[in-house]
Amino acid sequence: MKDRAKFVRWFQECSLEDVQVVGGKNASLGELLKGGIPVPPGFSITTHAYDLFLEKAKIREDVYGILRSIKPDDTTSGERASREIRGMIESARISLDLEDYIGEFYRQLSKSSNIPAVPSAIRSSGTAEDLPGASFAGQQDTFLWIRGIDDVLKHVKKCWSSLFTPRAIAYRTKMGFPHEKVSISVGVQKMVNSWTAGVMFTLNPSTGDISTIVIDANWGFGESVVSGECTPDNFVVNKVTLEIIKRKISAKECLYTANPETQTVECHEIPPERRNNQCIIDDDIIELARIGKLIEKHYCRPMDIEWAIDKDLPAAGNVMILQSRPETVWSEKYVKPVCEAKASALEHIVAGLVAGKKIK
Amino acid sequence: MVAEKFPSPHEIETIPGTEGWERMYPYHYQFTTDDKERTEYEKNMFWFNDALHYPEPMYPFDIIWDEAWFLALSQFNTRIFMVPPALGVDHRIINGNVYITPVPVADSEEVVKRIPMFMERAGYYYEHWNELHDGWEKKMEKIISELKALEIKPLAEMEDFSVVKKGLGTSGGYMLLKNYDKLIDLGIECWQYHFEFLNLGYAAYVTFVDFCTKAFPDIPLQRVTQMVGGIDVIMYRPDEELKKLAKLAVELKVNSIIGKDDKIDEVVSALSKSENGKKWLAAWDKAKEPWFNVSTGTGWYHHDLSWNDDLNVPLNSLRIYIEKLEAGDTIDRPLKRIQEERERITREYRSMLKTDEDRQTFDQLQGTSKLVFPYVENHLFYVEHWFHSVFWNKMREVSAIMKAHNFLNDIEDIWFLSRSEIKEALWDLVTAWATGTKGRGTLHWPKEIEWRKGVYRKFKEWTPPPAVGTPPETITEPFTIVLWGITNDSMAAWAKLREVGDPDKVTELNGFAGSPGKVEGIARVCRSVKEIDELKDGEILVAPTTSPSWAPVFQKIQACVTDVGGIMCHAAIVCREYGMPAVVGTGQATTVIKTGMKIKVDGNTGQIDIER
Repeated sequence: MKDRAKFVRWFQECSLEDVQVVGGKNASLGELLKGGIPVPPGFSITTHAYDLFLEKAKIREDVYGILRSIKPDDTTSGERASREIRGMIESARISLDLEDYIGEFYRQLSKSSNIPAVPSAIRSSGTAEDLPGASFAGQQDTFLWIRGIDDVLKHVKKCWSSLFTPRAIAYRTKMGFPHEKVSISVGVQKMVNSWTAGVMFTLNPSTGDISTIVIDANWGFGESVVSGECTPDNFVVNKVTLEIIKRKISAKECLYTANPETQTVECHEIPPERRNNQCIIDDDIIELARIGKLIEKHYCRPMDIEWAIDKDLPAAGNVMILQSRPETVWSEKYVKPVCEAKASALEHIVAGLVAGKKIK
Repeated sequence: MVAEKFPSPHEIETIPGTEGWERMYPYHYQFTTDDKERTEYEKNMFWFNDALHYPEPMYPFDIIWDEAWFLALSQFNTRIFMVPPALGVDHRIINGNVYITPVPVADSEEVVKRIPMFMERAGYYYEHWNELHDGWEKKMEKIISELKALEIKPLAEMEDFSVVKKGLGTSGGYMLLKNYDKLIDLGIECWQYHFEFLNLGYAAYVTFVDFCTKAFPDIPLQRVTQMVGGIDVIMYRPDEELKKLAKLAVELKVNSIIGKDDKIDEVVSALSKSENGKKWLAAWDKAKEPWFNVSTGTGWYHHDLSWNDDLNVPLNSLRIYIEKLEAGDTIDRPLKRIQEERERITREYRSMLKTDEDRQTFDQLQGTSKLVFPYVENHLFYVEHWFHSVFWNKMREVSAIMKAHNFLNDIEDIWFLSRSEIKEALWDLVTAWATGTKGRGTLHWPKEIEWRKGVYRKFKEWTPPPAVGTPPETITEPFTIVLWGITNDSMAAWAKLREVGDPDKVTELNGFAGSPGKVEGIARVCRSVKEIDELKDGEILVAPTTSPSWAPVFQKIQACVTDVGGIMCHAAIVCREYGMPAVVGTGQATTVIKTGMKIKVDGNTGQIDIER
């Protein structure tokens, strides 16, 4: 396994400097661990592994050949190309040495988690996503509750092939990104058996107020929140004092959870009498906000964070961070002073008095 | 708010059976229709019901403080400091309820003209704040000692021989008239000083609040206040004195003599029997002046008694502290922690500002607000508590004389007469005394007072509209902004005041979010501080208002709800310190909530849920 760091790396071995090799998501998980943030364990399969796969499977030339054949204005030709390429990648065989690396890491992950064939989330981690100013978020796929090495390998290939969805192809073409230059890494992460999950912004996305942390939450996996499929509970937390200053409990219609019998993720309707219950306890909201504040401090910028609360872990320490990326909307706004500087407090007072207080 | 329709002030109907109520109050407080210009003005202004100061209808005498601040606040804005856009605050009364409206400077050129004058005048006060404030304290102490020295003497059957020997040339009757005038005058003068600093204080604070809410739209007002509020303010002193006395009692081992149930007289006589007891009593007596002149209410009403009026009140509070000490608990305010937390909060907010300009503005405004804020907190003790407590009792001395001459049936009847009617009645009384005849008032006033009591009862049953007239788009008067219009949220909460329907069916009440946190528990309604000994550990206190004399109860409760008060009121400040939720200024929590009810208090949103 002497070359293994080239192909597979534990999250704690990843950092922001490695984005080109492990992709934005994985790099960011490594950064979180460095900042002392609780992240479910896992590893990344590097872009070198992807390259090695293409090479050993001898499909690289075919893939780029098909891409070159796409007629820019013809969407059907893009879709056909996507179908062909994805089929090619997903049916190709991963070379034995690479399979060994991934298999060994997956075995170690299962062992340290104390769960045979540990259920995992397999996520693509693009090298061009998650960067401030170029949000490729949502361009690639995530697979939940994957168990056993065969399924892991199968879904790793699906992540690789997600680099060639019609949308991704069209997007790169439109933005002038050469297809050969983008690569992809994959993250394999122990699945949090989440009771409640969601997203958190370390500023108020509706006002840009950076003294605020906003949390959206629903029961089950965070997918129902991320996808916008249901209206989550919404909490506004004061960043300075970690007090909950506003709460909006919504009627949450569905949740995603794993079916222990079929070992698949299912969407369930939430019974009407339960829909309007708060889906996360206040202590966890405050713990999340505390962690959000740490993450922001580590990155020195407002962040957009996915989180989950593990129902298998003891109450203290069950809050887990799944992903984090820099917030891009407000952070890129030109910063103006709140009000014009003045020589004295008195001048501010006069200006304030003259302006008066609007009543709505 | 603007969308809401408020009735015209002239549309409000007189409550049947109260016809003629207007004569109980100053004539210029009435909304009128006989003067076209005045009627038009009244219709176009926005008149708030001042439920924050006056949760009950006005007593004809107690309106003295309303008249006093009507004048004092207005003159400082309009004629002394020349606040650029704001004149005074105008007052009216409807069915016993006070309505006020801030009067703007209508002409924008006039606003501009006033700016340099304001800069010079207000600037002088801000620059010399501490020095002028020292002068203020001296003035207040002088006026209070004059008040205490004022003699209200009963009229003698025959004047003392000394009147002749000294060639005094005046009678006790004349002195009664003179000293009554002096008493009223001292009250009015005291309220002149009340507003010497207050509006400038509010103006600085409002500007800081405004900056903070622009920089951080979500910032809770409580946090802004925390960044400028005093820590060792005078309003805490009465309570600190009790803590000291509790410690001394334990140290001198007289705590068992103080016991649990005896009334103050029994306790004093038991303590007088031992050396240590005497030592402790000396300390107790020393604390009374001035610190026991703290009111058990807001001090605005004559029925707000002070600790000195009923020493059993501080005694019972003291017992709570002694109990804590005996159980090995600490009773000290965690001053260091409060100080550090305040500094941390200030530092963190400042660090989130994005430009040098903003940091400069923040420093300027926070600095000025911190300078002025102690006055905003401290003046209450001097005026509303200390001065008023002494004043109400001087008035009772006047009343006792009127009762002795059969002008009143009861000492507490005097509050149903206005200050000018009392003057008139005293003239009647003194002249009859001088002449050796029966005063006309002996028949007139008891009858009139009976009628007024009936009117007052009807006023109490009536729900005043929260406002009348036409809402403006902007409010520029700093005092009004702080008390009513500081945020749109508080405007909305305020608009809900008194809007509840049948008090036995209400399940939700709203007030100001005074202190954050959310708890559920059993309510204990205490209408006065005398009832606090019924409180059990972990209950939620529901009170008309609280004052420093209530302080010890905060050791026992898990949340507090009040009828009156804004986010700077006593209950809110203390709860923030203890880290427990408070919802204040709910309008009528003590009417709607009953002892034993299960309630949920959300100090973040200002909402109270009542389980029925």
